Amino acid sequence: MKVAKGLLYTKDHEWVRVEGNKAYIGISDFAQEAMGDIVYVELPEIDEEFEQEDTLCAIESVKAANDIFLPLTGKVVEVNEALEEEPEAVNEDPYKNWIACVEMADESQLKDLMNAVAYEEFLAEAEEE
Amino acid sequence: MFPYIPNTDEDVRVMLDRLGISDVDQLFSDIPQALRLTELLSIGAPKSEIEIRKMMHKLADQNLSGYGTPCFLGAGAYDHTVPAIISPLVQRSEYLTSYTPYQPEISQGTLQVIFEFQTMICQLTGMAVSNASLYDGPSAAAEAAMMSAGINKGSKILISATLNPEVKEVVKTYMRFRSIEVVEIPEKDGHTDLKAMNEILDAEAVAVLIQSPNFYGVVENLEGVSEAVHKQKAHFIMMQDPISLAILKTPADWGADIAIGEGQPLGNTISFGGPHLGFIGVTKKLMRKLPGRIVGETVDLDGKRAFTLTLQAREQHIRRGKATSNICSNQAINALIATIYMATMGKEGLVEVAGQSAKRAAYLRKQLLATGKVKAVNDQPFFREFVVELPKSAKEVNQLLLENGLIGGYALTGDRENQMILCATEKRTKDEMDHLVRVMEAIL
Repeated sequence: MKVAKGLLYTKDHEWVRVEGNKAYIGISDFAQEAMGDIVYVELPEIDEEFEQEDTLCAIESVKAANDIFLPLTGKVVEVNEALEEEPEAVNEDPYKNWIACVEMADESQLKDLMNAVAYEEFLAEAEEE
Repeated sequence: MFPYIPNTDEDVRVMLDRLGISDVDQLFSDIPQALRLTELLSIGAPKSEIEIRKMMHKLADQNLSGYGTPCFLGAGAYDHTVPAIISPLVQRSEYLTSYTPYQPEISQGTLQVIFEFQTMICQLTGMAVSNASLYDGPSAAAEAAMMSAGINKGSKILISATLNPEVKEVVKTYMRFRSIEVVEIPEKDGHTDLKAMNEILDAEAVAVLIQSPNFYGVVENLEGVSEAVHKQKAHFIMMQDPISLAILKTPADWGADIAIGEGQPLGNTISFGGPHLGFIGVTKKLMRKLPGRIVGETVDLDGKRAFTLTLQAREQHIRRGKATSNICSNQAINALIATIYMATMGKEGLVEVAGQSAKRAAYLRKQLLATGKVKAVNDQPFFREFVVELPKSAKEVNQLLLENGLIGGYALTGDRENQMILCATEKRTKDEMDHLVRVMEAIL
């Protein structure tokens, strides 16, 4: 299971890449593996505003549909439209193929997230259980 | 005479012995005495099969149907010809006994029928995707409204005053529980007042729902509606009669996002009001929001053509809270009838049915107006029904028509109680129509 360095992670297996006051959101390798073949990524709308832990959007695989939670309060400023035509890109490279980018309203919320090392430990613990 | 109770005294005794009780009454000892029947039901003596049949036929003969009595009643359910092939095929046990498909183990035959139904509904409406059918036209309208309310931001839905009143009621009921206000677009000369629509259409609208041919049979001119609706980021929902789609502009032609309708005219009998079936089709963009089940075409492990339920993530058994609708079934047997009907009639047959219906309705209206006793209510283009003004209440006229062996039209109410919607399908002969005209002339 690949865990990319330099990203922040949630317990729901989303990753966050911080660039200034913007945060790019995607799903981890563990998440894409667990979901199986992804057939649809429902993207949020630009300018849509969310609170921390709101449902940002949903990803459908052949098995199920999963909600993607936004760990940070903010406003959507970019969405990865390429995923509309090629949702399977998330399976191929989950760290490169981000889903949406939000302008953060409260950067202190980043401290609630795990770094790569902590996420690896979290995954290992989950596996043991 | 055999009393329909197959247990002999001996059978009963064996069962009682096994239960360890002495008589049948003891079985019911838990039921309070006050709730128990103290004397025998007075249902008469047992009857033979032939006697029962006679009795049932006698009862059935008290009903009037489009077979024995010429029917000029439309207003939502239509007396079209039902090809003879439908009945024997529908009654095949493979179809008749299978419950509406839900589980993966349903047969390929049932799935294929639904796939064909969806395909033909798409061809009729011009929409990209159709579901496996809904309970009836009104529930299709309500589901379309729910879809728009779920996707678009806003607090109201605009529905035309010319929409079938029963459909209006169902939409209003559903919207009440979504806190969406249902606003009626006024009518003018029997059609939707588009000028009035533009005045009330704003960013608060989630959708605009218009029926054409509308409740009065009038074919609406919907030029500019789609543009105006889309400018407000709302959906254009169009309700249409499936038969009319053979000759009129389709919902896709008018730029509709959601096409809905009552599928009964497609080979289903009126059946005293149901069960019927609803259809719903959407643009590709709305595919994942479409309620109900959808059958898709695929290949199996051996590469052979196969059918399967698809896009189930929208359905409540996958994500109950996030489902696009709480619909979890379809009208499989009625959709099967519609499918056989469409396949039997073909494109040309449907055009013939639609054209003949329109022509006959036009003939009937012309002949009625020629009597001088029946007046036109408007001069709009119409499909297979039209409204006329009578010198007395339409309800009273219908009673007189019935006494003369004719099923009249739909009596309007309120300040329109002297108005009637009359309908003619391809099934109404010239003789039947001339007879109605003669009777009208005599009774008015």
